Amino acid sequence: MLNTLKNRFEQGYRTTQYPREKIELWKRYRGRPQIHKDAPADLAQACADACPQDAIAAKKHVIDMGRCVFCGACERLSKGRYVSFTRDFEISVSEKEHLVTDGSLPDLAAHARQHFKKLFGRSLQLRQVSAAGCNACEADLNVLATPFFDLARFGINFVASPRHADGIVVTGPISRNMKTALFQTYEAVPDPKIVVAVGSCALTGGPFRGSPEITEGLDSLLPVDLYIPGCPPHPLTNLHALLTFFK
Amino acid sequence: MSTAFLEITHGTAVPRERVPDLAFDHFRKEALDIVEGGGKIVQFFAYKDGETVKLLALLRNGKLLVAGCDAPETYPAMSRQCEPFHMFEREIAEQFGIRPEGHPWLKMVRYHPNFMDRTDIFGNDYTDDIPGNYDYYSVDGPEIHEVAVGPVHAGVIEPGHFRFNCIGERVLHLEIQLGYQHRGIETLIPQVKAKRLPLLAESIAGDTTVGHSLCMAQAMEAFSAIEPDRGARIIRTIALELERIQNHVGDLGALSGDVAFLPPMNYCGRMRGDFLNMSLLLCGNRFSKGLIRPGGVLFSMDDEVRATMAQRITEITPQVKHVIELLFSTSSVRSRFEDCGTVSQSDAEHLGLVGPAGRACGLPYDVRRCFPSEHYPELDIPENAEPSGDVYARAKVRADEILQSIDIIQSLLNDPVQTDCVKPAELSMAPDSLAVTLNEAWRGEVSHCVLTDAAGSIMRYKIKDPSFHNWNGLSLSLRDTGISDFPLNNKSYNLSYCGFDL
Repeated sequence: MLNTLKNRFEQGYRTTQYPREKIELWKRYRGRPQIHKDAPADLAQACADACPQDAIAAKKHVIDMGRCVFCGACERLSKGRYVSFTRDFEISVSEKEHLVTDGSLPDLAAHARQHFKKLFGRSLQLRQVSAAGCNACEADLNVLATPFFDLARFGINFVASPRHADGIVVTGPISRNMKTALFQTYEAVPDPKIVVAVGSCALTGGPFRGSPEITEGLDSLLPVDLYIPGCPPHPLTNLHALLTFFK
Repeated sequence: MSTAFLEITHGTAVPRERVPDLAFDHFRKEALDIVEGGGKIVQFFAYKDGETVKLLALLRNGKLLVAGCDAPETYPAMSRQCEPFHMFEREIAEQFGIRPEGHPWLKMVRYHPNFMDRTDIFGNDYTDDIPGNYDYYSVDGPEIHEVAVGPVHAGVIEPGHFRFNCIGERVLHLEIQLGYQHRGIETLIPQVKAKRLPLLAESIAGDTTVGHSLCMAQAMEAFSAIEPDRGARIIRTIALELERIQNHVGDLGALSGDVAFLPPMNYCGRMRGDFLNMSLLLCGNRFSKGLIRPGGVLFSMDDEVRATMAQRITEITPQVKHVIELLFSTSSVRSRFEDCGTVSQSDAEHLGLVGPAGRACGLPYDVRRCFPSEHYPELDIPENAEPSGDVYARAKVRADEILQSIDIIQSLLNDPVQTDCVKPAELSMAPDSLAVTLNEAWRGEVSHCVLTDAAGSIMRYKIKDPSFHNWNGLSLSLRDTGISDFPLNNKSYNLSYCGFDL
């Protein structure tokens, strides 16, 4: 018993005050990409060619955050002169086309589906479906339940059954072998329901694009309400998206 | 004992013409002799070389041994006399339509059409989008009932199907059917541009990003005769040890939660996050994605990063030690952990369990000692063998490894680490060669075996996650165990679904 109490004191109080207080992530963290249009055209093209995810359209000066895995190859190549990654982790969007960006993103709080805030603002129960996710997205969703983030204090929980849920959170590139289970889980959620796509794989197929075993974008199968980019998205990106979109 | 197999070194390219090409019967006999004599299978797979289909086996018995042969269309199953071949023969049957006659349990592994357009061995119709068309092993008798769980589970975890045959609460048999996570990685890799390869390696299993990335990087380095500098090797070693701590700490917390002792669950959940943030400190990503590339690393360990990481580790280490002490000194935890889900050493040998799952059954094999790479030749890795084979042993091995890994990282952070970060460059890879790489990731032996063609392009990329060996260990743990102890046992292994499904 004494040991239990000693540990309790040592551990202290760890819960973040975000979103009331801003959090500054470490400088090597790669958040929202910013395109610098005044860079030389050949440098832009070199970045586009070097991008392992082919996420950059050099002529249009945009980067597709749905494809991007935030590896930083373009920033390294251009020494930040064409693409630089900011430390801004608040990068989720409600429309897929907003993922293709020059670095400016619309205000997520002002999205079109305001009735969601009325429906789910006080209580949001989510069922997570891993559909061929590599366990990185899953792990950084799971971590929202730990004391630092403590998602439950916002009235948001991950629940054990789709029957108890208001919506599903999908990770992974939706393998052929998981499609049926995904549809069944979606159908088991009572209406009205929401769909959240988390991570590059769920958004566009991620590193697996081109494989006949996967789906290049959850939105080709189900109506997606919220897109959370990243490989995996930082837990704060997930937290920001859920709080801003639903609260 | 003399053998027709060739001894090779891991992480070194070998011309394929040097790999002994035996007649099938000879190959079969030699492979069986080695494994029945205590050897273990690292890889056993088929590949297409021009129009011929070949088999290749990589075995270990202290040394790494390789040989190949032309693949027959059918052959007498090796599993009949030597169990460790069982999963590998099923995989070969699924991928290349080669039938092991008399295989005791010939069922699909991942549910996908074979690579050869041959008649499907399992009679599956792959227009059905679910790993079905299979009669699960069933037990008959009064009061016998089945429990089917998954693919979608109650927690935020990956999918897989578990079928329990029970009498009352007691599990007689657990059958595990995976494949739901199959993304076709092995077929995708030879088709994509080189710039995409590291991202695929990082996504084989996100919780083992470093383990799999290292295997790929070392293979590419072997083919192109590049040697990462000392600093890069140290950084990669630190990253691999951090990954081990992150996962072990998280799992000890989850184990504690599964026996309803909530303080360590919460503390470990938070501390795991702190260790993930140390990876972010190094490379900007909590799972070390974007860190390792063929030739070295993309992020240096400058003095600021080194000092910050050292300071964070110094701060968290007493907390980790105290929580581990709390967990293992709590009698309610001990009574649930001990004698739960026991696997005997002999069963572990037969299944070929690796990593902490094997060490918890008294098998001390550790790649870091037996086939060291990176900075491990200069480190002293202790033997962590716990004999009892139960949940307690699996938890204890992981707890010991957390503290050892912390020691390793602290010692490596003492001195400045200098490295030249890798610049993107086209690799020129040795043609017609073979390279095998092994690393001790947190779940155990990860191995990649890569074959190049005459142009130096990847012809076959074979991946083996330790989970490929260890899922059957979980099945065996559940024999004669209460079904309510399934979550506890499952977490004590915490195996990879996607690493298995590929």
